Amino acid sequence: MSFSNEQLERYSRHIILKEIGIKGQKKLSAASVLIIGAGGLGAPAALYLAAAGVGRIGIADADRVDLSNLQRQIIHGTNDLGKEKAESAAESMRAVNPETRVETHVCFVSAANIGALIAGYDFVLDGTDNFPAKFLINDACVLAKKPFSHAGIIRFRGQLMTYVPGAGPCYRCAFKEPPPPDAVPTCSQAGVVGAMAGVIGSLQAMEAVKYFTGAGELLTGALLTYDALAQEFRKIRLPRREACGVCGSNPTITAPFDYPGAVCEVAP
Amino acid sequence: MEKYENLPAADAALDITDAVCPITFVRAKAALEEMEAGAVLALRMNDGEPVQNVPRSVKEEGHRILKLADNEDGTYTLFVRKVEEA
Repeated sequence: MSFSNEQLERYSRHIILKEIGIKGQKKLSAASVLIIGAGGLGAPAALYLAAAGVGRIGIADADRVDLSNLQRQIIHGTNDLGKEKAESAAESMRAVNPETRVETHVCFVSAANIGALIAGYDFVLDGTDNFPAKFLINDACVLAKKPFSHAGIIRFRGQLMTYVPGAGPCYRCAFKEPPPPDAVPTCSQAGVVGAMAGVIGSLQAMEAVKYFTGAGELLTGALLTYDALAQEFRKIRLPRREACGVCGSNPTITAPFDYPGAVCEVAP
Repeated sequence: MEKYENLPAADAALDITDAVCPITFVRAKAALEEMEAGAVLALRMNDGEPVQNVPRSVKEEGHRILKLADNEDGTYTLFVRKVEEA
């Protein structure tokens, strides 16, 4: 397959880059990404990956667009209030780049459906806002040997890491278990700066682009944290944990499971 | 002068006189990508900005510039030998 003049122009700023070039752009065209959560993190990630010419993007969310979402979920507009978030996101992505195939999954992820959902994609991007969903995505991706980007945001802070099978720790290596319910407030209780979703969601899109093109180093084996008040990034080295319940040498988790009482509210 | 003389034999030709920076280089890069290592591309471009930038960019990609021929009509033809990246 060779690019048309129109495609060469659309992707010219990628193609000029030595680290991407025509080869890297073709890899992006052949790539597929599943974005779980069409919320704060998913919004910029979905727009940038669609604009980047990722061939196929799945977007999973069961919620509808609410007025309180619009402060940070920039893929939705005021005219989208009440629409299914997955559909609203897909419309924006198709408007940015009609060449990207967008698939909508109007559902919350659970142990029952996550295996089938992630099986259809090369890379998974976690844009959820709660610990049960994050552990579920981690376990399912580790068990299916699926690379994924983890991220979380709250108030003026954000963090992300990337899991690639065989290349470093998983999310459970670092965080073991979800905190007790209500020990950590969700974004709806604690608040979050809208631009924080833009910073961290864009970094997740960057990890996906680098994963597919092979450019540079991924955040495997490291947690990148961002403190907006101090305006500081920190990269914390993370070792793989031999005793990890899912990726360790004697795993106790052999199938994805839902934490009790978990209502997977996606999207911060 | 040497308009019709001493020009390298080209395996492929591309006219980018209808494009402006950076699409000039992007099209050249795409054309070189499709060619075999060692093959020669004849690249026709406008005088001015393209002649200043495209040869340099193509060289930075690791390809070999064989000749820049003045077509004496406001365009130049750049002969580039494709070098496979190491």
